[in-house]
Amino acid sequence: MDEIMSKNNSEYLIERNDNVYEVVIGLEVHAQVTSNSKLFSSSSTKFGAEPNTQVSLVDAAFPGMLPVINEFCVKQAIKTGIGLRAKINNKSVFDRKNYFYADLPQGYQISQYKYPIVGEGNVILDMPEGQKQVGIERLHLEQDAGKSIHDIDPSNTLVDLNRSGVALMEIVSKPDLRSPDEVNAYIKKLRSIMRYLGTCDGNMQEGSLRADVNVSVRIKGSTDLGTRCEIKNVNSIKFMQMAIIYEANRQVDLIEEGQEIDQETRLFDTKKNETRSMRSKEDAHDYRYFPDPDLLPLEVTDEFIDKLKSEIPELPDDKKKRFIDEFKVSLYDATILVSDIDIAKYFEEVVAKMGKNRDMKLAVNWITGELFAVLNEKNIEIAQSPISAKNLAKLINLIKNGTISGKIAKTIFELMLDGDIDPQIIVEEKGLKQESDPKALEALIDKIINDNREKAIEYKQGKEKLFGFFVGQAMKASGGKANPQLINEILKKKL
Amino acid sequence: MSEITSLTLYELIKNIKEKKISSNEAAKSFVDRAEKSKKINAYVTENFENCLKLSKEFDDKPNFDLKLPGIPIAVKDLFCTNEVRTTAGSNILNNFVPTYESTVTQNIWNEGGILLGKLNCDEFAMGSSNETSFFGNVQNPIAEDLVPGGSSGGSSAALAANLTPVTIGTDTGGSIRQPASFTGTVGLKPTYGSCSRYGIVAFASSLDQAGPMSKDVKDSSILLEVISSFDKKDSTSIDFKRNNYSSELTRNIKGLKIGIPKEYRVDGMPDEIEKLWKKGIDYAKDCGAEIIDISLPHTSYALPTYYIVAPAEASSNLARYDGVKYGLRSSGKNLIDMYEKTRSEGFGEEVKRRVMIGTYVLSSGYYDAYYLKAQKVRQLIKQDFDQAYNKVDAILTPSTPSSAFKIGEKSNDPVSMYLNDIFTVPVNLAGLPGISIPAGVDKNNYPLGLQIIGKSFDEQTVLNIAYSMEEKINYKNNITDWWMK
Repeated sequence: MDEIMSKNNSEYLIERNDNVYEVVIGLEVHAQVTSNSKLFSSSSTKFGAEPNTQVSLVDAAFPGMLPVINEFCVKQAIKTGIGLRAKINNKSVFDRKNYFYADLPQGYQISQYKYPIVGEGNVILDMPEGQKQVGIERLHLEQDAGKSIHDIDPSNTLVDLNRSGVALMEIVSKPDLRSPDEVNAYIKKLRSIMRYLGTCDGNMQEGSLRADVNVSVRIKGSTDLGTRCEIKNVNSIKFMQMAIIYEANRQVDLIEEGQEIDQETRLFDTKKNETRSMRSKEDAHDYRYFPDPDLLPLEVTDEFIDKLKSEIPELPDDKKKRFIDEFKVSLYDATILVSDIDIAKYFEEVVAKMGKNRDMKLAVNWITGELFAVLNEKNIEIAQSPISAKNLAKLINLIKNGTISGKIAKTIFELMLDGDIDPQIIVEEKGLKQESDPKALEALIDKIINDNREKAIEYKQGKEKLFGFFVGQAMKASGGKANPQLINEILKKKL
Repeated sequence: MSEITSLTLYELIKNIKEKKISSNEAAKSFVDRAEKSKKINAYVTENFENCLKLSKEFDDKPNFDLKLPGIPIAVKDLFCTNEVRTTAGSNILNNFVPTYESTVTQNIWNEGGILLGKLNCDEFAMGSSNETSFFGNVQNPIAEDLVPGGSSGGSSAALAANLTPVTIGTDTGGSIRQPASFTGTVGLKPTYGSCSRYGIVAFASSLDQAGPMSKDVKDSSILLEVISSFDKKDSTSIDFKRNNYSSELTRNIKGLKIGIPKEYRVDGMPDEIEKLWKKGIDYAKDCGAEIIDISLPHTSYALPTYYIVAPAEASSNLARYDGVKYGLRSSGKNLIDMYEKTRSEGFGEEVKRRVMIGTYVLSSGYYDAYYLKAQKVRQLIKQDFDQAYNKVDAILTPSTPSSAFKIGEKSNDPVSMYLNDIFTVPVNLAGLPGISIPAGVDKNNYPLGLQIIGKSFDEQTVLNIAYSMEEKINYKNNITDWWMK
C-alpha cells in the first residue's frame, strides 16, 4: 500500500501521487539519572521496591516540606552535558510546572524551563551511508511523577509514589532526525554515551529511558518545517519506530487529502499500532511556570565543571578511533565493540590478557561471533557473560599458538560455558591437544593411503575431489586433533 | 499565681533558674488562665495535659543551662508540631497531625521550651484580622469585638492576654508586626533566611519568615537567639554569623543614623499616626540617634507588587491540598470532581480569592504583565532600601496606617483590608528585618506601633534601637481581663 522508496539503508521517504515526502523527527528523551537518592530528597531510587516504600515527606509533599537539591544529580547532568559536547550553563533555574494529578503530590513538577543546566551540543551517529551529526537543543533536570495504577482495583486508581521525585534528565534534540533507523541509532548512541558516563543505566524495561517523539512531514527538498504532532511517552525503540511510521503516513494522507494537520499531543497504542489524539493545542495545559521560590538559582563555577571534565572517561567516539588506530580493528568491528561500554571493557580485557602475541582478528571474531551468539541465546548482557575475558583470551591464545584447532576450540568453548572453566585445563583433561608432530601424522597418513589404495590412484588420475576424503579420514583417525594445516601439507606430498 | 502569667519571659526564666517558680507552676498558671480565657478563642488546639506532664518532668530533672528552661510556650498553628494537630487555620487541614517538627519549634524545645498549644491564625496566614480562620474570630484583649490583627492574631491575643510568656508567629507581609501593633506587643520579622522555613505551612515561600512575638524587646532578643539557625533542610536558609542577640542587647544607640522615608506619609493617613511617628522621631533623637530624611521612591508599588507575588506563590503552594494524601477529602464522582469538592469545602473565601488571583497572574499571556513585572518592581524596592542604607543604619516608620478595627468592619472589603499591610510589605519584599514596638494609643486608647527596619542580618541594631526607644516610650498595656467577667 505505502510506497516506501529506499535509496540507502537508512533513508525513509513516503511517495504519494508523485509527491515524495520526508519525515522530520525531534526527540525529547527522559533519562533517569543514575543516583542512589532522589533529586530533592534522600529517598532511595531502587527499582522494583514495594509500592510507597521509598517515599519521604518531601516526595509526598507534606505541609512545610522543602526540596533540597541533590548535588550528585547535578554532577551527573553536567557530565552528560559534557558527553554531548554541550555548553554547560553556569546558572540554571528550577521552575514549577503546575498541574493537578493524583500521582503529582506537590501539584507541580519541579523542572528547569527557561534556564536549563545544559545548552546546545551534538551527537554523532554512524549510519551505513556515513556519519551524521544530530544537534542537541538542551538538557535539563526535572522530577519524575509517581505512578497511577488503574488496573488493580476495579473502582479506584491506586498511586505509587516510589518514582515521585526521582531525577530525570530531559534531553531535547533538534529536529535533525529523518528516519526510524536514525531514531534507532540516536537512542542507542545516547544510551551508550550515558552508560559510558555512568549517568543513566539506559534500561528501557525499567523505564529509565522514555521519549516524547515529535513528528512532522514535508515535501523532500523543502526547508520549511511542517506542523508537528508530539507522541507522548514511548518506552521502546521499536514502538518509537512504529509510531513514527504510522504518524508520518497519517500526516501524508491528510496533506494529500488537502487537510490541515492539527498541532496536538498524541498517544501511541502499541496493541493497535496507531497514534491517537490525546489533546489538541487549544486544550493544552497552562502550566503556569514560574521560578520555584523554595530553591535558589543553581550556580556552578567553571572550576566545578572543569573538575567534572577531568573525570570523564574515554567516550565511544574516541574509543572507536583508538581501537582502529591502535588495534587495527576495522571500522565495522570497532563500531560494534564500542557500542556498549561493557562490550568495550570486555574486548579491552581480552586484548590485555592475550599478551604480546595477540591476534586481534581472532579476538573480534570470537567476541562478536561465538560469544554474542551465546549471550543472545541466553538473553543476557556481556556483563553477565558465562565466560570471562581472561579465559576467552586463553582460548584464543591456544588457537594462535597452534595448541588447538579452531574446530576443537569450538568444542572447548562449549565446555567452558559450564562454570567459566580454564580452557587449558579442558585441553589437558580431555586430551584435546592438537597433533602437530609431523612424524606421527605421516605415519597416520601412510596407513590411510595404504587402506584406501584405489581412491589414492583415482586421485592421482585427476579426481581431485577425493583430497577432501583423505583430509576427513585423517581428522577422523586423529579424533579431530590433527593439525589441519600439516595434514594438508603431508597429504599433498604423499599423494 | 496570676502574677506568673504577667511576667516577661526574661523574668520568668530568672525565677525558674532561681527556683522561685517551678516549670510546672508556670505551666499550671498559663493553663488555668487559658481555661478562663476561652472567649478570646486564641487556641485552636490545646496541649495542656502534655505541657503539665512535661513541665513536671523538667522539674524532676531540671537543666538550667538551657535558654528556655521549662518555659511553657504556645505557637502559631502554622508550625508543624510532631503528633500535635496542625491546621494552618484551615478546614482542609482540620484533621492533620504531622509526624515531624518544624525546625523553629524544634529549636525551642531543644532549649527547654514546652508546647502549651497551637494558636489561631488566619487561614494559611492570609489575612490581617484573624477573621479568615476556619476556627473563628479571635478577640483582641484590648477591647471586646476588636480584631487582634493577623495573620498571627491568636499569637498576639494570647500574648496580650498573658496566656503565653512569648510566642512565635510568621510574617509574609506584616503578619507578626501588624498584630503586635494592634495588641500593644512587640513583634520581630527577621531577615529572610534567618529562621528556617522547614516545617512551616507555606504561604508565599519567598516572603514567609518566622519570628518572635513578646511583651518587650528583650524577650524578642532571647527568643530570636533560640529560633534563628542555619538549616540545610531549607535551601533559602542563610549561613551567616548570628549574634548573641540578648547578651549583646544595648540601649546605647548614640550616633546611629535613622532614616525617615517621606513616601510613608500616605494619603488619608490618620492624624494620630502622623503624630505617633513624630513622637517616635523625638524619642529616637532623645536616645542619641541622628535623624535623616530619606526617600524610598518605589514604596507606592509595594502593595500591588506584594499582592501579585504572594498570591502567585500561594496558588502553587496550596496545590498540594487536593484530598489525595492527607487532610480533608470530599467524595466526588471522579478525580476532578473530588478535587473541586475538596478544595471548595476545604478552603475559605480569602484563600480562594488569592489562589484565583495567583493562578491568573501566572497564566500564559498574563505572566509577563503581572508576575514578571512584579518581580522587577520587587528588585527596585530592594534597591531603594540598599541606597537608603548607604546613608542610614535603620529606618523608622509607623507599623500600620490605623489601630485595630472592629470585627466585621473590613471583612467584606478586601482592598481596605490589604491596605493594612502598606508599611510592612516593603520589608518582606526586600527581605529585611523589621520590628514593631508599641509606642502610644489612639483616641480610643487602642495601641499603635512603630516599626524599625534594619539592614539584612542586622537584627542586633534593630533590637538595640527598639530596646532604647522602648525605655523612653515606656508603654504599658491597660488590659482589664474583660473577657473573664
